[in-house]
Amino acid sequence: MNVWLTRHLQTCVGSLGRLASQPLPTLLTVLVIGIALALPACLQVLVSNAVAVSGDLNRSVDLTVYFKPNAVAAKAEQVATTLRARKDIAGVQLISAEAALKTFRERSGFGPALDALNNNPLPHTIVVKPANDAINSAQLETLANELRALPEVDIVQLDTAWVERFNAILDALRRGVLVVAILLALGVLVIVGNTIRTEIQNRRAEIEITKLVGGTDAFVRRPFLYTGIWYGFGGGLIALLLSYLVVILMAAPIRRLSSLYGSDFALAGLGLKQGALVIGVGILLGWLGSLTSATRHLRDIEPQ
Amino acid sequence: MIRCEHVFKRYPNGREALSDLSFEIGAGEIVFLTGHSGAGKSSLLKLIALIERPTRGQLIVNGRNVNSTTRGKIPLFRRQVGVVFQDHKLLADRTVFDNVALPLVVAGIGEREIGKRVRAALDQVGLLSLEKSRPLEISTGEQQRVGIARAVVSKPPMLIADEPTGNLDPDLSLEVMHIFRRFSEVGVTVLIASHDVHLVEQLGARSIHLENGRIVSGGAT
Repeated sequence: MNVWLTRHLQTCVGSLGRLASQPLPTLLTVLVIGIALALPACLQVLVSNAVAVSGDLNRSVDLTVYFKPNAVAAKAEQVATTLRARKDIAGVQLISAEAALKTFRERSGFGPALDALNNNPLPHTIVVKPANDAINSAQLETLANELRALPEVDIVQLDTAWVERFNAILDALRRGVLVVAILLALGVLVIVGNTIRTEIQNRRAEIEITKLVGGTDAFVRRPFLYTGIWYGFGGGLIALLLSYLVVILMAAPIRRLSSLYGSDFALAGLGLKQGALVIGVGILLGWLGSLTSATRHLRDIEPQ
Repeated sequence: MIRCEHVFKRYPNGREALSDLSFEIGAGEIVFLTGHSGAGKSSLLKLIALIERPTRGQLIVNGRNVNSTTRGKIPLFRRQVGVVFQDHKLLADRTVFDNVALPLVVAGIGEREIGKRVRAALDQVGLLSLEKSRPLEISTGEQQRVGIARAVVSKPPMLIADEPTGNLDPDLSLEVMHIFRRFSEVGVTVLIASHDVHLVEQLGARSIHLENGRIVSGGAT
């Protein structure tokens, strides 16, 4: 095998062996890195699950058309018929002013108060249920505007406002995850850098001798880079395990909660891609932290 | 092999360790550097191993001017100079074999070749049987010989030694010096710093005597 490759493999395995020979300090460092990486990973789980939930909610938006009080029932009937003919609408329910008043009287307990009124204060109403897959929120908005343009129509209520708010909250959360992730990534860099600095101090004699017999800076630095990479890899694994642990612990209460809402939603953990990303980011941070630290501190060590 | 022209070395604290040193050492020559401690022997060796740089003057080692050797070129330069220390500077957590192999590993030499060369070097200092021992398990004299094996394993054209017999009794000292002589006989240039005038006289080789950073005798060939 190629000498260079063999050396790299040896250094890589050697670094792991050195870490394994001091299990407790290694475990502590890896745990700290793992927890730092787990926090943004768990927040990401939260966000992606919230996105899944909001997807369901987006589809259950109803359109409610309130006619003007003086609109005749025949006109409401005509609009309802037109809407029923559309393929992207699953259901149209016409509630006439009389029916609405009857229901209101029965349910509200305001019967005597209503009797005091000369005429029916309630308008004709149409509740439109869009077909989930055939129509998106923009098309729904267009439909609402068309209906608003009808002279007999008073108000068209499309409950997208709260969905938009929910999406805005999600965007804020996403940004929050990013900020937290960047801060914690800096933290991981510092942790790895500091650990490597201590390691360099401990191996000072070895570094001096290696330089004295003609070891280049890159050669001397290499084992420390592999150490950093192992720290990052270990930290990434811990973060992944922690995120799955959180999902497992949360699964039962979330299922109960969603069943109360009549949903079969279940919490999903990080996918394969996201999991690989956590490990990859861990490795990258470990390498970067050790690179900056080793490059800086190894320069100071020269044979005397 | 080593040409030194009006070399001065002044440390940042203002102490002048070497002043106006001029001498030449030919290829394959064995030369002793004598003088009291503080006379400048170690300082001169550090200049040759590029651990320190001369403040003034020209020092040419193996055809290269140390002044014009950039930081990045130092490792390659050092591979041409084997260094032996008084405290031998072995790595306690590695076997004798691994200690001796270090210069070959840093030079990127293959496993099989390393095995051959390390055993050859250990054989030359008579320690072939100890390759699996660790430095703390062997005697001081043996440690010093491991240090010599490490210095010569990559077959550098030049060998420098700083008080290599400082911790050894007279018999062992003489034995170590004979090892150095054998290397000079096969063409390696050897420069040994020693305060042991008696031992140096016994070997009857050229010696450069330093006092307060100046050459007192032995400068001219």
